[in-house]
Amino acid sequence: MSDAMRIRTQAAGGKIIVRVLMSHEMESGQRKDDAGAVVPAWHIREVVAALNGTPVFTMQWGPAISKNPLLQFHLKSAKAGDRITITWVDTKGDKRSDEAVITA
Amino acid sequence: MTNRRRFLDHSARVAALLAAAGVWPIDARAQAGAYNTAAFAAHGSAAAYKALAIAAPVESSSVQIQAQDLAENGAAVPVAVSTTLPGVKRLMLLVENNPAALSAIADVSDAVEPFFDLRIKMGESSSVYAVAITADGRAFFAKRDIKVTLGGCG
Repeated sequence: MSDAMRIRTQAAGGKIIVRVLMSHEMESGQRKDDAGAVVPAWHIREVVAALNGTPVFTMQWGPAISKNPLLQFHLKSAKAGDRITITWVDTKGDKRSDEAVITA
Repeated sequence: MTNRRRFLDHSARVAALLAAAGVWPIDARAQAGAYNTAAFAAHGSAAAYKALAIAAPVESSSVQIQAQDLAENGAAVPVAVSTTLPGVKRLMLLVENNPAALSAIADVSDAVEPFFDLRIKMGESSSVYAVAITADGRAFFAKRDIKVTLGGCG
C-alpha cells in the first residue's frame, strides 16, 4: 500500500485552493530496465475529489503524469469544517483514499 | 483486426450519437471501468479526439494554458489548464509528440472552477493543447509550444 496523500487547503479570494500530493511511481510503460525489458505501465488512472461525500471533481489520467503527482484544483465555495476526500485508483486496481478538513 | 477496427468505429459512432443527443453520461464515466483506454493510447491529438468521439476543437482565447516555454526537465513539467467559458463540463490536456497524446481529462462540477494544475511528463519538445468541452458538446482549445531540454520518457 502506498503512502498517505498530503492534502492542503487554502482560502484565497473567495475560493479554496486544494493541493494534493500523491505517492505513486507512475510508470509510463515507455521505460526500459537495465536488461532492456520494457517496464510495464503502472499509473494512477482515476482521481475523484468529493466534498462532504459528494463527488465534485473527477479526473482520468494517462501514462504521462509525473511521478508522485501534484494536483491542484479550486473549490468555488466551501466552509470551515467541510470534508474533502480524494480517492485514486491505479491500473492494477489498487486504491487509496484520504481525507482533509477545510480549516480556512 | 478488421473486426476490432469496425468495433471501434461503431463505438465511436454510438458515442457521437449519445453526445449529440445530450445524454452522454459524463458523471457515470467517473466510475471505475469507464476509463477510455483507447483514447489514452491514441497517437497524436487527432486520433485522441476521434477515440473520444468529439469534433476537432476550435481555437479560443477563452481557454488558457499556463506553462513555461522552456522546461528543463521533461519528467515534471508544470501545466495549468483553465477557461473562462460558461458551462464547461470537461477539460483535457494533450501533448502532441508524446507516445500517447492524451494526458489528462478533468470532469468539473458546479462546485469547482474549470481549472486544474498538474505536472506532466514530456518525451520531447511538443505542442501542448488544453481543450474545454461545454455541456452542449462544443470543443475549444488553446495551444502552447513547450521546449524540453531533457526528455522524461526514458
